[in-house]
Amino acid sequence: MLRLEKRPQPSRTLSYVTPVLAVLITMVAGGLLFALLGKDPVAAIRTIFWDPLFGEFSFYYRPQLLVKGGPLILIALGLSLGFRAGIWNIGAEGQYIMGAITGAGVALALYPLEAWWIFPAMIIAGALGGWAWAMIPALLKVRFGTNEILVSLMLVYVAEQFLASMALGLMKNPEGFGFPGSRNLQQYASAHNAEIIADTGMHWGVAAAFIAAIMAYVMMNRHILGYQIRLTGEAPRAARFSGVKPARLVLFCMGTAGALAGLAGVFEVSGPSGQISTGFNVGYGFTAIIVAFLGRLHPFGIVLAGLLMALTYIGGEAAQSTMQLPGAAIQVFQGMLLFFLLAVDMLTNYRVRFVAREAV
Amino acid sequence: MTGPLLSIRGLTKAYPGVVANDDVSFDIQPGEVHALLGENGAGKSTLVKMIYGLVKPDQGEMVLGGSAYAPGQPQEARARGVAMVFQHFSLFDALNVAENVALGMAEPPKTNELAERIRTVSEQYGLPLDPWKLVGDLSAGERQRVEIVRCLLQDPKLLIMDEPTSVLTPQEVEILFATLRKLKDEGTSILYISHKLEEIRSLCDEATILRLGRKVGTCTPREVTAAQMAEMMVGSELHRPERTPAAPGAVRLALNDLSVASPGQFGTSLKNITLEVRAGEVLGLAGVAGNGQDELLAALSGELTCKAGMVVLDGREIGTAGPGQRRSLGLLTAPEERLGHAAAPDMSLTENALLTGAEREGLMANGFLKWSKARDFAARIIERFDVRTPGTETAARALSGGNLQKFVIGREVMQRPEVLVVNQPTWGVDAAAAATIRQALLDLAAGGTAVVVISQDLDELMEVSDNFGALNEGRLSEILPATGLTMEQIGLMMGGAHGMEVAHV
Repeated sequence: MLRLEKRPQPSRTLSYVTPVLAVLITMVAGGLLFALLGKDPVAAIRTIFWDPLFGEFSFYYRPQLLVKGGPLILIALGLSLGFRAGIWNIGAEGQYIMGAITGAGVALALYPLEAWWIFPAMIIAGALGGWAWAMIPALLKVRFGTNEILVSLMLVYVAEQFLASMALGLMKNPEGFGFPGSRNLQQYASAHNAEIIADTGMHWGVAAAFIAAIMAYVMMNRHILGYQIRLTGEAPRAARFSGVKPARLVLFCMGTAGALAGLAGVFEVSGPSGQISTGFNVGYGFTAIIVAFLGRLHPFGIVLAGLLMALTYIGGEAAQSTMQLPGAAIQVFQGMLLFFLLAVDMLTNYRVRFVAREAV
Repeated sequence: MTGPLLSIRGLTKAYPGVVANDDVSFDIQPGEVHALLGENGAGKSTLVKMIYGLVKPDQGEMVLGGSAYAPGQPQEARARGVAMVFQHFSLFDALNVAENVALGMAEPPKTNELAERIRTVSEQYGLPLDPWKLVGDLSAGERQRVEIVRCLLQDPKLLIMDEPTSVLTPQEVEILFATLRKLKDEGTSILYISHKLEEIRSLCDEATILRLGRKVGTCTPREVTAAQMAEMMVGSELHRPERTPAAPGAVRLALNDLSVASPGQFGTSLKNITLEVRAGEVLGLAGVAGNGQDELLAALSGELTCKAGMVVLDGREIGTAGPGQRRSLGLLTAPEERLGHAAAPDMSLTENALLTGAEREGLMANGFLKWSKARDFAARIIERFDVRTPGTETAARALSGGNLQKFVIGREVMQRPEVLVVNQPTWGVDAAAAATIRQALLDLAAGGTAVVVISQDLDELMEVSDNFGALNEGRLSEILPATGLTMEQIGLMMGGAHGMEVAHV
C-alpha cells in the first residue's frame, strides 16, 4: 500500500528537482498524445525542444526565444508576488492588453511628432494602464470582499472587447485602406521598441524583464515587503499578528502584477507586434501563470521557466507548420506541464512510503 | 467476573527519535477509578491511544475482560466496551447536540428517539443536556457533557478521560466528579488522565505514574501527599518561581469600558472590560476556554481595533492603532495558538524571530532586512530559553509544542516590553520549562514591566499573579488581590457553574 507522509520540513533538493521531473513527464505524456494523433512522437518532441535551438533554422528561432520569453517573464514575475501571498490574479492577459492600448495610445496621439521622450512616456502609460486594470479586482476585493480570481478573469474578456473596438474604431489606421488595426509603430521611430542588439531578439522589454527579476529577488529575500508577502502566504493569521495589513498587500501585489503585465503589453505593441489589432494578444497572460509555478515562484526560476515556455511556443509553431500538429495539441502540451508540476510538487512536502497492509 | 477488567502487559511504542512508552504494565480493576499521572510528554496520551485503538503498539499485549484485546481501530475498542472523552472536542458547532451524537454512531436511531435517550441518560447521570441546542452555543463544560453522554450511550465498561477538568470551573469539576463516582458505583471502570494532583487524590482509587515513557511507580492517591506524587512524577524537587514583590508603580496599561464584537461566528464578544495594570504588577486572568480570552488578546495586540480611548498605554490612547504601532510603543503580546498565529509553521526560527522583532530589535533598516542580526536574535532566544532545536534555520513546525512555546514567549520577553500580555504561556510545556517561563515573566515584572497572564491553569495563576480576575462570557469579574483567594471565590468569579445545574433525580 502506498502512503503519503508529511515531511517535518519541505525538501529543498526536491523543490529544485520537481520542475525538471515535470518537464520529463510532460515529454512522455505529450509524446503519447502525439502518437495517438498519428505523428512520430520522437520527431515531434525533437521539433519542439531541440530543432529551434540547434536545428537547421536555429538562426531564425533563437532570437524568438527572447522575444517570446521577455513578456512571459515580466508577467510571471508580477504574478508570483501575489501567488506567494495567496492573492490570485488570473487576469494578467487583460492587464497586458490594457497596457498595450494605453501605451500605444500615447504614441498614436502624438504621431507624427518625433521626440526622445515619447518612448519613455509610452512605457509609463503602459504600466499605468495595466496597473489601473488590476486595481479594479483589487479594490473590489478590499472594499467588498469579492473574489479576485473571478473578477480579474472576467475583466480579460472585457479587455478583449475593448481591444477589438480600438482596433476597429478609435485607433484604426486612417491610412490603412480600411483594414482593421492601428498604425504600425515599428515605422514610427520615436515609438519603436527596436532591438538593442540587432538579430538577437534583445529589445527593451527583455532588458526590463531581467532587471525586474533581479529587483524581485532582492525584494523577496532582503526586504520587509517580500517577507510580509511570504508570511501572508504561509500563515495569514500570523501575518496579521505581525502587523501586515492584508488590504495594503492586496493592492500592492495586484498593482505590481498589473503594472508589469502592462509593461509587457507596451513593449510588445511597440516592438515585435507593432500595432494594435484584434489578434494582438496570444495568451501570454495565461501562459505566465504556468511560468510562475514552473519557476517555483522564484525570480530566477521564472527566468528559466519563461525561456522554456517560449521554447514550447516556438517549437509548437514549428511543429504545426512542419508536422501539421493541431495548434490545440500544443496548448494541451503546455497545460500538461502545469498539471504534472502541481502533481509532483506534493513530493516536496510529503514523502511516499510503501507500507505493508496491516493484518486486521 | 473476577480479576482485572483490563490488564496491560509490557506495552512499548517508539516513534523516530523517541520512545513514547517503554514496557508499561498495569491493571485496572472493575469499578475502579485509575489515575494515569505524568508530565506533558511522559507518554500518557500515547498509552491511552493504544488502549483506544488509535495507535498500534510495537510490543506488549492487553487483556480485556479475560480475552486478548488488540484493537486495530477505535470502532473495535468501542465494540469491546472502551470509550474515550478527548481533551479536544470533536464536535461540529453548526449542528445540534443530537446530530453531533448521531454522527459518532455506526447506526444512529431516529433523531427523536435519540434525543429522548440523550435526555434520559444525561439526567440520570446528573449532566442535563438539551439535545436540540446548537453546539456552537454551548459552553466548554456543556460541550464536554456532549462528549461524555456520547460515550455513556454505548454503556462502556471502561471510560477513558483525557484531562477532563482543564476546561471546567471548580464547581463544574464537582459536578463531573459526582457523575464519575456514580458510574464507578455502577461498576464502570475509569481511566483518568491528569497532572492535577489534588483532583486525583479526591477521585482516584489507584494511580500509575509515568515519566519519560516508563512506569516509575504506583500509589494509592488517598494515602500519599500531593508533594510525594509530584516528586514521583517529576523525579526531582520542583523549582518554584521566586518573586520579589515590588511596590506597584504607575499605571502602564488601562482598558476603559472595552467592548469589541468577535470576528468569528461562534466567538465571544468582549463586553465593558475595565482594568488597570501597574508597572511591576502581574495580573492573572482566569476563565474557561472560549470566554473571550482570544478576543481580549487580539484587542490588545491590535489585531482587533476599537475606539481610541478604550485601550490606553502609558497615557496614550492606542485603541485604533494596529499591531506594528502598538509593538513599537512597547505593548507586546503572545497568543495561545503557536502554529499559524504566534509563529509561521513553514518558516525558519530566524524568520519567525523577525515576525515580531523586526522593528524593536533593529533587524531592518529602511525596510531592508538584516539577516545576520535576525539570526543572532533567534540564537539568543534559543540559548536563554533552552529551546531544543538543531539550529536557527529549522522550520517552526519541526519543533515540539513545548519548545516552540519557549521560543514564542522568549521572543517577546527578550524585546524588553513595557507591557506584556500572554495567553496560555505554559500550555503543553513540561514542568521545568514552565517554571523557566514563569520565572521570566516574574523577572520582567520585577524590572518594571506590567504583565497580564491569561491562563486556564489556576495553579499557574496563583503562583505568578499579584491580582486576579476572571473572564466569563466576554465580561471581566471584579479584580482582587491574589493572596487569600479561596477556590470557592475563584469559581464564583469564573461564573460559577455557568448556570449549569446538577439534575436532582
